[in-house]
Amino acid sequence: MTSTTTLDKPVKAPTFRHVSTGRRIKNNIATGLVTLCFVIALIPLVWVLGLVVTKGITAILSADWWMNSQKGILPDQTGGGVYHAIYGTIVQSAVASIIAVPLGIMAAVYLVEYGRGRLAKVTTFMVDILAGVPSIVAALFIFALWIATFGMPQSSFAVSLALVLLMLPVVVRSTEEMLKLVPDELREASYALGVPKWKTILRIVIPTAAPGMISGILLALARVMGETAPVLVLVGYSKSINQNIFDGNMASLPLLIYQELANPEAAGRERVWGAALTLILMIAALYLAAAGVNKLLTRNR
Amino acid sequence: MTMHPEVTAVGSSNSTGPRAAGDTANMPTEPKIDKAPESGRVGRLNAETIFRWLATAAGATIVAAIALIALFLLIRAVPSVRADEVNFFTSTEFATNDANHLRFGIRDLFMVTVLSSVFALIVAVPIGVGIALFLTHYAPSRLGRPFTMLIDLLAAVPSIVFGLWGFLVLAPQIAPVQQFLNDKLGWFFLFSDGNVSIGGGGTIFTAGVVLAVMILPIITSVAREVFALTPRAHIEAAQALGATKWEVVRMTVLPYGRSGVIAGSMLGLGRALGETIAVLVVLRTASQAGEWSLFDGGYTFASKIASAASEFSSPLPTGAYIAAGFVLFALTFVVNALARLASGGKVNG
Amino acid sequence: MNFKRTSALVGVVAVGAMTLAACGSDENTNGAGTDANTSVACGGKKALKASGASSQKNAMERFVAAYEANCDGYTLNYTSSGSGAGVNEFLGSQTDFGGSDSPLSSKKEEPAKAQERCGAPAWNLPTVFGPIAITYNIDGVTDLVLDGPTAAKVFNGSVATWDAPEIKALNPNAKLPSEKIAVIFRSDESGTTDNFQLYLDAASDGAWGKGGGKTFNGGVGEGAKGNEGTSAAIKNTKNSITYNEWSFAKAQSLSIAQIITSASKDPVKLSAESAGKSIDGVKIKGEGNDLVLDTSSFYKPTAAGSYPIMMATYEIVCSKYADADTSKAVKAFLTSVVTNGQAGLADAGYVPLPDAFKTKLTTAINAIS
Repeated sequence: MTSTTTLDKPVKAPTFRHVSTGRRIKNNIATGLVTLCFVIALIPLVWVLGLVVTKGITAILSADWWMNSQKGILPDQTGGGVYHAIYGTIVQSAVASIIAVPLGIMAAVYLVEYGRGRLAKVTTFMVDILAGVPSIVAALFIFALWIATFGMPQSSFAVSLALVLLMLPVVVRSTEEMLKLVPDELREASYALGVPKWKTILRIVIPTAAPGMISGILLALARVMGETAPVLVLVGYSKSINQNIFDGNMASLPLLIYQELANPEAAGRERVWGAALTLILMIAALYLAAAGVNKLLTRNR
Repeated sequence: MTMHPEVTAVGSSNSTGPRAAGDTANMPTEPKIDKAPESGRVGRLNAETIFRWLATAAGATIVAAIALIALFLLIRAVPSVRADEVNFFTSTEFATNDANHLRFGIRDLFMVTVLSSVFALIVAVPIGVGIALFLTHYAPSRLGRPFTMLIDLLAAVPSIVFGLWGFLVLAPQIAPVQQFLNDKLGWFFLFSDGNVSIGGGGTIFTAGVVLAVMILPIITSVAREVFALTPRAHIEAAQALGATKWEVVRMTVLPYGRSGVIAGSMLGLGRALGETIAVLVVLRTASQAGEWSLFDGGYTFASKIASAASEFSSPLPTGAYIAAGFVLFALTFVVNALARLASGGKVNG
Repeated sequence: MNFKRTSALVGVVAVGAMTLAACGSDENTNGAGTDANTSVACGGKKALKASGASSQKNAMERFVAAYEANCDGYTLNYTSSGSGAGVNEFLGSQTDFGGSDSPLSSKKEEPAKAQERCGAPAWNLPTVFGPIAITYNIDGVTDLVLDGPTAAKVFNGSVATWDAPEIKALNPNAKLPSEKIAVIFRSDESGTTDNFQLYLDAASDGAWGKGGGKTFNGGVGEGAKGNEGTSAAIKNTKNSITYNEWSFAKAQSLSIAQIITSASKDPVKLSAESAGKSIDGVKIKGEGNDLVLDTSSFYKPTAAGSYPIMMATYEIVCSKYADADTSKAVKAFLTSVVTNGQAGLADAGYVPLPDAFKTKLTTAINAIS
């Protein structure tokens, strides 16, 4: 073969071409911008957490902080602790979950397994609306219903009712997503074995979806623990420990922060930041628990 | 998965019972069992029916709760609006001291609420989308989880802490930025002089930034979910065509995730509209009404109700605040309806 | 379901719950032990409930500490939710008594409602006197002097700059800048605002013109939330002026203006002495045991050296309680208030009750049944 020009060049275009400068610059700018966004988000996080930690750390390091209440402590004294507020926060959220979790799970079951018509469409729309109801409106509603109309006293149970309204949408949505993720084959296999629908849901579907549901519930809890508006309107403040949820004043961490803001003394400031740090630590612990539960229960899948 | 012809036939070759026909319904429905004593179809009061009723009742409870809230708000609000001596929608006064001469209007409240929330949205959405892209496509895969948890930590901070941070720390720091904008761009109505001092830091601008930080985790988590669900096939096709990373994202991830981002933004907007305590602490109030400037102060619907919540005595003045609450409820209703339409029900909070 | 795993989970939750319930302790050893007054007749309801004005919150805490020291096992829970809430919750029988910066208002028919609630008239018993300080932040000026009319003009905008002739006339030696006055007021509904505006109304010879009320009517300036908001704002804003409770002004070391009263030409500095003189001269306009005060005796004093801007916080109690337990506990609490509860009030920015007043209060308290 004489040297023809056809064989000293590749027949088709080279596979790996150089990217033009323009495109490369755009790509690099995009990468830079996207990373910058992430860094920008970290700035307020570090700032807020840094502020709370530096101002609150001295308060929470004493053992008294976690064990004692504020009974007998004068405004300008550093001493005592926030046990009564921690107790109140946990109890109010726990009672709210006892009501909201079954209700939310059943509503999600309805939406995923049973709902086929008008009511289902309306329900799912209403769940979204409930997600957007501001906490002050929910608190005023419970005030008008439970306290003004039914005549019950202000109590931490009323706060729990308002918290139920705030938790429900999150529980319903996350449970719904998890239930939808359960493969139909599992359900079909169960039906094929003659198991009735309700038993299938209770024994097969829900346990399969459980890890995601539990993290969803813990996240809903984390959201309502920091709510201030319901505790302002529905319960009074107490400096001592109160174990009765149906009557009497009960402290909680957001309410303690709000009350201590009106205290001009330095000791009051310290308590504000200490309580804020305690609340953040509790919520962060819930997040970690959610992640941990998720990992634990999906370990063998 | 290898195909074994003898196994794919439903049921074993030896059995010719009724099950061999197989259940080929598209939706898992009740099995037709020939000797089942507890079939749920008969309508008797048995476990299946009870369970179904319970589930339906749970769904109905939620609808009832919303209906009750709307009803309660209306009942309390209507008498006061009728007794109002000025136009409810256009007046900027809010004087409820004299129960016989109520003068209240929501124009100023509406302006502050909308300005602060929309500004928060404008700041938070691009950053949220950027973070979601970073977490799903740019960050090293091992670090994806920890970084995600870091951003979610922002959602763990309670709103009163954000209020304190905004008021004590952020406001003095961004006052120079606001002053700069006011000096250079003061001719534009958004940056013109407001009814509170910029140096004091209690402006809608500051409140908007605080709200943006608060709604960032919501937008990020929804966007992240959607971006992670982009079909690999699309991404790989774009890569096969020689696209750079940014071009892949622009061609496949962003269009696919657009409805999800919109849904997430609407959720964030809803949260910003209803935020009470942080705004109450950060915003300063003014004696004159605002003129749609970012450097105005005032109350939002939620913070106005919260600031007066302890003084609810006689029904008519209380009703004025409840009326403001109802407008807020209606606003969130509209925002959520729009979110639903935009996402087509694909992505939920 | 894995039974072992579920029961382990249940076990953990149960242990957690028990620890939570059992772990806390109310026993706090506070440094400054409050001496107990053993002559108080303890008894009745174990945990009294009260709510109301936030201006008296710090004083209340001292009262509660004294009560707890006197009567072991008894306490009072006070929520500072605002004077309005205090009155409403008392009228709605949600609390045993209410704390309010103003007495029951007949305009709002509150005495009638209280009569219904108690089955007997309600009494307004003033127990806490707190001065209101006019605080300011001007570079280089540390002893600003104001009087009623000038303060009113500053707060309603008629006087807009610091070097205006009215202010210069009262402060001939001060280096007043020619800057605009930045007025700061309380954005939340507050009894402090109410009392301050009533002072301006009474002492300004008509210069104020905007009346009283829990919301600031002045028409100028910016509002910040709560005393903590206004005191932080004062510190951060140059050439600003606002009004704070004395406890805040003291704790935050703000500059307090001296006030010239109708009694003499010498400006009165705010101190425990001048405030005490003011209460000494107070007149009571209520009848019998209902000790509603005539505040014009504060605002336009006749004695020289008494500080005019005083705020009295009332405890609104039933003269007769339907429940004997409640009345016993309320009496015991109020007795603790007037005896050993008065210790340490001056440090907190309140004024201890003068003796003549104490006698009147004690008579009223003993008459509660």
